[in-house]
Amino acid sequence: MTNAPGPQITDLGELLAYAHAIEVDAMERYQLLADQMETHNNRELAKLFRELAGHEEKHAAKILEQAGESGLPVIEESAFHWLGTESPEAADLDAAHYRMTPWHALQMALGAEQRAFAFFDHLVNTVSEPEVKKWAEEFRDEEAEHVELVERLLKLHPEPAEGWDLDDDPPYLQD
Amino acid sequence: MNAPALPKASDYKSELKPVWCPGCGDYHVLLSLTKAFAALKLRPEEIAVVSGIGCSSRIPAYTNCYGFHGVHGRALPLGTGLKVARPELTVLVTGGDGDGFSIGGNHFLHACRRNIDITYVVMDNRVYGMTKGQPSPTTEPDWDSALSPGGTGVRPFHPLVIALASGANFVARTFSGDIKGTTDTIVQAINHPGFSFVEILSPCVTFRPDQRGWKSVVHPAPVEPTDDAARAARRIMTDDGFNVGVLYRGSREPYMVERAKETGEPAQFDGMFEI
Repeated sequence: MTNAPGPQITDLGELLAYAHAIEVDAMERYQLLADQMETHNNRELAKLFRELAGHEEKHAAKILEQAGESGLPVIEESAFHWLGTESPEAADLDAAHYRMTPWHALQMALGAEQRAFAFFDHLVNTVSEPEVKKWAEEFRDEEAEHVELVERLLKLHPEPAEGWDLDDDPPYLQD
Repeated sequence: MNAPALPKASDYKSELKPVWCPGCGDYHVLLSLTKAFAALKLRPEEIAVVSGIGCSSRIPAYTNCYGFHGVHGRALPLGTGLKVARPELTVLVTGGDGDGFSIGGNHFLHACRRNIDITYVVMDNRVYGMTKGQPSPTTEPDWDSALSPGGTGVRPFHPLVIALASGANFVARTFSGDIKGTTDTIVQAINHPGFSFVEILSPCVTFRPDQRGWKSVVHPAPVEPTDDAARAARRIMTDDGFNVGVLYRGSREPYMVERAKETGEPAQFDGMFEI
């Protein structure tokens, strides 16, 4: 697996571009998962993933607002450096299953929020420019709130019993 | 003032939504392909994605590049013909292990030999997923399933070694879940002249749920790529099957598409074949 060297962020514009990319990637990933669930007729999960995508879209819009009139600097997708192999808040596609339950979706969301928290925490501990550090702290604190929110939601959705994924006639392509 | 927008992976996606099973590795491959196109700053109309038949062979429809969803096992001849006729296009041939190594196995050998400047991406899940789980050429001999009780007992096909022995000019293995690694490898494969072969371990979570475990066993190849095909083959034959990265970069001259085109009109061939 690819081991990334991690980001080297030196100015506020770059930090906002990273934060925006994180939210957009997260939104697109939840939209993809919602599409998958719609295709496989898991409507409850499709709705949940759409809601999660909606939250990420709002976060991305807020960052654009924060960037103000100057906008965000343009950074090539391949030039972003993450701590892992991809944008931290993008939900783990590997974990998807057509019979998954809200508990599974929230576990995915929890992992995503925790990775985003770790990313900004890493920045707080590594950047030297005071303004960048201050904003990184703000983003980190927001991610901590999201982690808490998902943990609260998880209390409402217990883990399903073993066998939740059993299907005597598994589907293949859904035409 | 903002700089002009750079291409993004989403710029290469079509309106069609993939119908693969949630958790399928092919979603990652689609992401990696489109990220590679963005990294190369190619325009969609400069790319052709050609495939055969199978779950993974649906991938051309999910891009907005030129696409050809061909017949079973014949993606490589289609891609070869397209590249000869339109050498300015970046041609990617895509598909699965059954399509590429069984039905299209013979074409695989000769595409490697011919060394036309195309990239062949195989999403290897070691099973025929579209037809509900029959063993494929790369399936382990002891894989026990309802359709192959006790396993097939047949030695698996080794595509990377076959590619090397047949003359492929670039050989790599990646894991679909490593999106960055797969993207970088596809970029290198496209940039390398001649026939580039990328085997992507892409789990079928429906018929091979055991493959969800691949994530924890893949690891970077511990050595740098070599330009010695024999050395690369020995490494690949003796590794654990989960080394990922570029394994071989050859220096064979690609098939001379331009020279072939210079031959001109069919009538000009008459003189060349006079007895």
